[in-house]
Amino acid sequence: MASVHLENINKSFGSINALSNLNLEIKDGEFFVLLGPTGAGKTTTLRIVSGLEMPDSGNIFFNEELVNNVQPAFRNTSYVFQQYSLYPHYSVYDNLAFPLRSPLRKSDKKTIDDRVHEIAKLLKIENKLNNKATQLSGGEMQRVSLGRALVRDPNIYLMDEPLSSLDAKLREELRVELKKIQTDLYATILYVTHDQIEATTMADRIGVLKEGLLTQVGTPQEIYEEPNSIYVANRLGSPKINILDNKQIHNSQNSSASYVGIRPEDIKIDQNGSYNVKIETTELLGAETLVSFKSDTVNGILLTQENINVGEGDNIKIGINETKILYFDNNEQRMR
Amino acid sequence: MLDSARSPAESSGFSRKIAATIIIVYTVVTLIPITWIILTGFKSVDGAITYPPEVFFKPSLEGYVNLFTTRSRQSQEYLDSLPPPDTWYEELVRSREMVIAGPSKFFGRYTNSLIIGFGATFLSVFLGALAAYAFSRFKIPLKDDLMFFILSTRMFPPIAVAVPIFIMYRKIGLGDTHLGMIILYTVVNLSLAVWLLKGFMDEIPREYEEAAMIDGYTRMGAFFKIVLPQATTGIAATAIFCMIFAWNEYAFAVLLTQFNAQTAPPFIPTILGEGGIDWPAIAAGTTLFLIPVMIFTVVLRKHLLRGITFGAVRK
Repeated sequence: MASVHLENINKSFGSINALSNLNLEIKDGEFFVLLGPTGAGKTTTLRIVSGLEMPDSGNIFFNEELVNNVQPAFRNTSYVFQQYSLYPHYSVYDNLAFPLRSPLRKSDKKTIDDRVHEIAKLLKIENKLNNKATQLSGGEMQRVSLGRALVRDPNIYLMDEPLSSLDAKLREELRVELKKIQTDLYATILYVTHDQIEATTMADRIGVLKEGLLTQVGTPQEIYEEPNSIYVANRLGSPKINILDNKQIHNSQNSSASYVGIRPEDIKIDQNGSYNVKIETTELLGAETLVSFKSDTVNGILLTQENINVGEGDNIKIGINETKILYFDNNEQRMR
Repeated sequence: MLDSARSPAESSGFSRKIAATIIIVYTVVTLIPITWIILTGFKSVDGAITYPPEVFFKPSLEGYVNLFTTRSRQSQEYLDSLPPPDTWYEELVRSREMVIAGPSKFFGRYTNSLIIGFGATFLSVFLGALAAYAFSRFKIPLKDDLMFFILSTRMFPPIAVAVPIFIMYRKIGLGDTHLGMIILYTVVNLSLAVWLLKGFMDEIPREYEEAAMIDGYTRMGAFFKIVLPQATTGIAATAIFCMIFAWNEYAFAVLLTQFNAQTAPPFIPTILGEGGIDWPAIAAGTTLFLIPVMIFTVVLRKHLLRGITFGAVRK
């Protein structure tokens, strides 16, 4: 395993700036998640690290060694493609064995066989080993694709939404499994997703990308509690953070702020609260209840664990935990 | 009611019958000359030119014997003085008052055809696949112009440049050589091969090679291990086209080959009989000439069909 360092990476496709001055340091053995919506430059970052794409400018280091001009095969990365990209003319077994048979590795038959079965067992595709890659369901293809990456011991694992087309149960299982593999192997993983649950549950650190710009890097907790912009605040947290006009907040601590962000769990139903609101809808989420409320001045959602006996259309009073309010300026940047 | 239950994409029984009838009629019409050639190969020299032509006749292998041998006519006394014939074909030749003088050149010409035909096909497809892959994947300056230039070599009949090629080949000593003919047929076929194969290469997703390159293979390794197997359909189709041209080519073969590298097409019509054209021998030669290209097409046809169904699965 290796540490990976991207330095001032720029990449554009025609007039579209895919990445602007990206600086990123992934430590050895770190699970790093890139979070961002479609088109933010997540996949481009992976392709640049793997060597499939050359940056327009900037440097890539593996263990502080410059690899800008090293061919993909010699960078020794393994890549889980979003579109699976299984070799359609091979069986599942051959797909998994393919990286081990490469002229660079040349493992013997027995080693390959053991390794393939081990990975197949882990990913629960043992009974599919003799199937053609085209005779699989989407979820199975994705697992084979994951297996093809895990079968070897690369410098870094690059994963492009590897769990996106699995059903919820398997996704949860593999999420745990993947995190376990990573800690066991002390593996370096660069993982791309737009799913915030995947990001927060697995990541050691998260990088949030916005239109080719890395807007914030930090541990999941830092990103959640101390987002440096409204954009980042919106990306983590479910239900989403409430963004309100600063003027709507009674006794605001920061008069120059334009917007405030309040997490739903920081708003409570409170008899002594200073806001009179009307309940629009309530949703029971098991242990918690999601209440969306509205008034002339504020509207938003709150999350409560209390057993509330109010329903739609009821008027209630709410209170805001003022110490947890996040203030943003008119450029939507955090004010501290 | 029954009609409305049928999918509109499916043709009705009536139109299918019409289509089948047309195909059967067409097949019969195209097969008549081929059948006639095969039948003529089994006729006797006289039987081949009787009028009206015979459809049912006593088959004879005279045509095939004449094709593979050269013979000389002898007097009856001389024939009587010989020991009895060892083989059935000697007996057949002697019944015509001749003796076998030796083997004919047909076998050699046929071998030349095989070497040149398959050699040129392999080379066209191999070079075509490499060029098509490069055109399909890499940024090449003036790509469109180059592609047009390659196509433009097919805009005139190849024989139009026969004279310059003849002179060039004489100068550099490629005339009447296997290599010379392989190069010539490859050049003529290459434009078709590049264009056909580029279409197929464009259809193969890049992600497969990218995955292979990540998995520790060079681009060349990925090309042979992943791209070529994916392009089987295109390769089979291209190979059939190239093979048919190289196998059947007549004009250049007449012009550029005489002894060493002469192929079967210019040789077969020169089989002269005694006091007339030896039609059964020519027909026999033609029949044998049809076989390799037929086998080649039938073998590759399986790949064509597999390729087509394969594509359907992936989508």
